[in-house]
Amino acid sequence: MPASESPAPASVADVAAGLRGVGYLPGESTALVSFLATRLGKPVLVEGPAGVGKTELAKALASYLGRELVRLQCYEGLDEAKALYEWNYRKQLLRIQAEASDTGWEAVQEDIFGEEFLLARPLMSAIASEEPVVLLIDEIDKTDQEFEAMLLEVLSDFQISIPELGRVQSRTHPVVLLTSNNSRELTEALKRRCLYLWLDYPELEHELEIVRLHTPDLHEAIARRLVEVIGMVRELDLKKPPSIAESIDWARALLLLGVKDIDADTFTETMSVIVKHRADMDVVAERVGLKLRSPADVA
Amino acid sequence: MSPDDGILAPVSQHDADVLARGSELERLPARILELGEELRREGVAVGTSEMLDAFEVLREIPWTSQEDFREALAATLAKSQEDRRIFELVFERFFFRAVEIAASREGIREDGQGSLGELSEEELEELRMQIAAAVRDGAEGAMRDLARMAIAAFARRQEGSGVIGVDVQRIRRTLGLRAEPQPDLPPADPRREGLPREALRRFEALLRRELERAQIERTGTLPPSRPLGELDRALPSGPLADLAAVHRVVAQLRRRLATQGLQARGHRRHAHVDVRRTMRASLQTGGVPVVLKFRPRRPKRPEIYVLCDVSTSVTSASVFFLSVLHALHDTFRKMRSFVFIERISEVTDIFEHERNFKAVSERISSDAGVADISGYTDYGRVWSEFLVQVEDDLHPRATVIVLGDARTNGRDPRADVFAQIAARAGRTFWLNPEPRLYWNYGDSVIAAYEQYCTAFECWTTAQLEDFVRALTRPVIAAAR
Repeated sequence: MPASESPAPASVADVAAGLRGVGYLPGESTALVSFLATRLGKPVLVEGPAGVGKTELAKALASYLGRELVRLQCYEGLDEAKALYEWNYRKQLLRIQAEASDTGWEAVQEDIFGEEFLLARPLMSAIASEEPVVLLIDEIDKTDQEFEAMLLEVLSDFQISIPELGRVQSRTHPVVLLTSNNSRELTEALKRRCLYLWLDYPELEHELEIVRLHTPDLHEAIARRLVEVIGMVRELDLKKPPSIAESIDWARALLLLGVKDIDADTFTETMSVIVKHRADMDVVAERVGLKLRSPADVA
Repeated sequence: MSPDDGILAPVSQHDADVLARGSELERLPARILELGEELRREGVAVGTSEMLDAFEVLREIPWTSQEDFREALAATLAKSQEDRRIFELVFERFFFRAVEIAASREGIREDGQGSLGELSEEELEELRMQIAAAVRDGAEGAMRDLARMAIAAFARRQEGSGVIGVDVQRIRRTLGLRAEPQPDLPPADPRREGLPREALRRFEALLRRELERAQIERTGTLPPSRPLGELDRALPSGPLADLAAVHRVVAQLRRRLATQGLQARGHRRHAHVDVRRTMRASLQTGGVPVVLKFRPRRPKRPEIYVLCDVSTSVTSASVFFLSVLHALHDTFRKMRSFVFIERISEVTDIFEHERNFKAVSERISSDAGVADISGYTDYGRVWSEFLVQVEDDLHPRATVIVLGDARTNGRDPRADVFAQIAARAGRTFWLNPEPRLYWNYGDSVIAAYEQYCTAFECWTTAQLEDFVRALTRPVIAAAR
């Protein structure tokens, strides 16, 4: 085993402690499913609203397990050439043109379909890597079904077939995380191969812990108030409810501004940190703004 | 609790005793298979590979914690939020029932719960306070025990209706437990400030569970499993109070529609070669067009004009339908919605500004001002007014949808004007909230309209979903 990788975790508690150690505070099921993923070698499908820490989980896992993180960011129209591998056409053409004209075709052919002309994209590099890696396939709900079909071979057998070169088998077993923002239903075949984890907005205490971790200098009372207000805002039916990342941003903003308490004025001023839609701002200002004390009441 | 007792994750010492007597350990694999069967019956797609995964994960985790046990099973068997919701209910019911089956098999009964005797008013009041305090504090154990006492005390004073849901609500009302603050109570009363909603729901769930236990004891059999699938509900015919259900239906529809768009895209294979981009790309390969670039084919989103009948027989269905459509408004390029009874009124902006469903329905029924003296629908007049309003806008890419029962109360149906509308619009649909059997019966003149449009029945949520799916299939604009 390469020296850089930590030993495989032995229990759920290990994983939970390890993730905390690198600065990610997992929920109850998160640690369990991550543990199962490392033990069983199955990919994990992480779904949840935007900004709850799905990508962060992959980074934290990579850090905890001592593996490199290979990231494939998915977008609409992503195809095999960008995800799997691509032949470097330019280099091949140049090679052919640079070759003296009397060289036989056999020699040239062997040359131009060699490893040096192969551009390895994220999936390929994850499979062919010497060291064990964590493979993050981010926002897979943005791709289409053809891409998912192509992924199936990679995810089930961890091998890639290249017609000219043959099969590339993975030497180490990567830990695979797929994240999805739930904007569409993924195919059954893909879900079948994965363990499922739903990350939701955290409970009050949990979120308070996360905020305290990222902004330790913020006063405890303000942090608690902050988390309560965020909870109130989330309950409203908004187009885009605030995520954990926004809570942390707000905490940092409040710390920077040096506020003593979250009253109606402060809230109206800093509201744009957590609410990102014009229509939402009106709703939030009306509902939540009224519940907060105005500065005159603060004795 | 020894590790052996943790297998079926008992919830109290009483249950643990019951299980310790049986040899449940050997039957665990069969149990898990039964759980899988039950999930399948409720519509969760659980395949053999998932069952195998479930067994594999159970090898890895300790069984002493109910949380871990349930989470591990959920990670392998429930692969979406909907599935997870059903899984929670089935898991609860499954392992809860297991305890009850074992109990009735062994002939164990709860001791002395049946008769509490007649409580005096003060004792009842005391019980109320205790329950309110427990709910306010969210004390699980206390809530459970007090739930039993409450049932014993109240279920005896009044005849149980036999329907568990009704009994639960009745007991809750008698206890005076509400989430809103009740300022007219004495200050010492824990209910004064209003009780936390979550805790109230927990308490109701405990009441329900205890009532079911009592029923099982009494009858010696299990109650029939309620089908959990809710999409078969009929469209609401009364005032809609169930916001959460509406949102859930809308969320599901939206998800399914989002998949739809991608599926449609996969089917078309002919695309035009974009010559400029191909030549651009060929620079990489020395001027030889090795890679072809295609012009992207974007599916055209439809434009919708909706007319909804809001006379008394059809109102709730209309409002429901309109809310669904507006929630999906980003699937459509443009949408304008109208309500009518005898006159027509545009309500597009009501949906833009109001998010609250109840407020929307109130505004529509009050402001729309579409009722005249009689309040009976006059379709003929509606068509003429509609044509006047949207004449310039209707074009072959537009879709017109009418939601109504086509009962014109004896007035002139003016099918000719409707024919004009249908001719201008690309597609015309009619949604009838009555079952097909009633069409053309009485004063329904849908036959006159049916020749110009496609008519659908629309009285359950499933039919509504089918219709919305058919609607959002991208319109392939015919070359004209």
